[in-house]
Amino acid sequence: MSVDTATVKRVAGLARIKIDDAQAERMTGELNAILGFVEQLDEVDVSGVEPLTSVVEQTMKKRADGVTDGGKADDITANAPMSEDNFFMVPKVVE
Amino acid sequence: MSELTNLTIADARDKLKSKDITSSELTEAFLSNIEAANASINAYVAVTADKAREMAKASDEKLSKREGGALEGIPLGIKDLFATQGVHTQACSHILDGFKPRYESTVTANLWADGAVMLGKLNMDEFAMGSSNETSYYGNVINPWRKSGSNEGLVPGGSSGGSAAAVAARMCMGATATDTGGSIRQPAALTGTVGIKPTYGRCSRWGTIAFASSLDQAGPITQTVRDSAILLKSMASVDAKDTTSVDIEVPDYEAAIGKSVKGLKIGIPAEYRVDGMSEEVDALWQKGIQWLKDAGAEIVDITLPHTKYALPAYYIVAPAEASSNLARYDGVRYGLRVPGKDIADMYERTRAEGFGEEVRRRILTGTYVLSAGYYDAYYLKAQKVRSLIKRDFDLAWANGVDAILTPATPSAAFAIGDKEMHSDPVKMYLQDVFTVTVNMAGLPGISVPAGLSSDGLPLGLQLIGKPFDESTLFQLGSVIEEAAGSFEPTAWWG
Repeated sequence: MSVDTATVKRVAGLARIKIDDAQAERMTGELNAILGFVEQLDEVDVSGVEPLTSVVEQTMKKRADGVTDGGKADDITANAPMSEDNFFMVPKVVE
Repeated sequence: MSELTNLTIADARDKLKSKDITSSELTEAFLSNIEAANASINAYVAVTADKAREMAKASDEKLSKREGGALEGIPLGIKDLFATQGVHTQACSHILDGFKPRYESTVTANLWADGAVMLGKLNMDEFAMGSSNETSYYGNVINPWRKSGSNEGLVPGGSSGGSAAAVAARMCMGATATDTGGSIRQPAALTGTVGIKPTYGRCSRWGTIAFASSLDQAGPITQTVRDSAILLKSMASVDAKDTTSVDIEVPDYEAAIGKSVKGLKIGIPAEYRVDGMSEEVDALWQKGIQWLKDAGAEIVDITLPHTKYALPAYYIVAPAEASSNLARYDGVRYGLRVPGKDIADMYERTRAEGFGEEVRRRILTGTYVLSAGYYDAYYLKAQKVRSLIKRDFDLAWANGVDAILTPATPSAAFAIGDKEMHSDPVKMYLQDVFTVTVNMAGLPGISVPAGLSSDGLPLGLQLIGKPFDESTLFQLGSVIEEAAGSFEPTAWWG
């Protein structure tokens, strides 16, 4: 499978990364090189093989349903580029 | 370089206990080495001198009362990927500008609880994506090693290039590092240091900035095999904050060192003799086989037929998980924000400016392979291939193999800005051809310096172990270390 520049632009949109035409052009070549490289996997017969979901056999750990953390709004917003009264500030999203 | 900075962790630990030296003296010696060398090597992106002095003083007080933990007073460098409370933590990315976490990663918290002293944060490839430490926002790390008779700057490997270079240039006693596809073992091999990636689930990932969550593992880089055993013992733990942390007690790894390897069965996989591997690397591999044989180990040929598919499968799994993990960097909660005409434009501009080229490339690859209609063809297929890679190893263990010996890297350190590596991203990815299988299968792997190339550059051998059998790797690694001797660069810096 290979991608064209329009696809790269669409994917960049999905990834929320702004790219210009020149970058999209270059990325198309690079992405195709990577996709060409991973194409080798087509040689492998994976019929009947389960996907690896965990490298060690362990049942998912569970814990009691209780509050273990919280009350840290100051800490959580401390690194925000813009915050007010423990809210994250973003550009207006509703008209 | 003072004598203090040449000590191993094991030696320093004894001398601190017997009060021959103090942690304050030791810490000052390393701070002055950093001061002298960092302009040339660029291993540190933040030096926490005041904090180091405070921690050393506190350690000295404990030591004077014959108290203190396993690493009391030992000065360490910390990869910039680990969250350290109130201290520069940016994964060497522009997008995390100014980020100072309000919490401490489990791995570093374990080290401080055992008495270690923090010297600062170490340079790395941005978000641990790279094999040469050339993708850092903070500039290249320069390998302390140079080819004999040459002044050309070489890469230290990556992504833990700062960790490896700092240990090799004696700018810390040991360093934390992380390994997603080879990021501990490859830089260790390229700098003549020891590095171990433990079994997936051995070190908690809590508070370590995520790259590819099903592959990421923390581990140490040190001067000697024993020092790695000491550091890993403190870094590893069972942690309720990481659901993939495995409930197995951390053994005393040091106890394995010096134990006879007589009768251990060492597998030599035919598939690791890859095209483009240098003759020197092959010769070194044969030497390693002989050393282990001389020590009484039994050598057996094994086959790991899916080896060649590990790297292509990795370049689906890792970018896919990265694209998901890195979605959180949007200019809202931390780090860089680049204003835009609306919120979507702000996201797009922030991420375009905040992420470097390699990170953007991997996010786009990951977004593509996970996009509608492609999930089964790429990610699911790659995860199935992963099961086959793991099965290859499981068969070897079932046949009585105790550990596997391979080269650590296909070649020695290469030049900064190497044209071939930079014209084709896949070329750079091939640096991890011997290490990446281990991450895909979740196994432990150690890289031990084993010799010098004809150019005078260090080369490493890798030992791969059974799940949670790091002890056997230390046991065998120290045999190689003893046979090969240790390797130190000639100081040209500071």
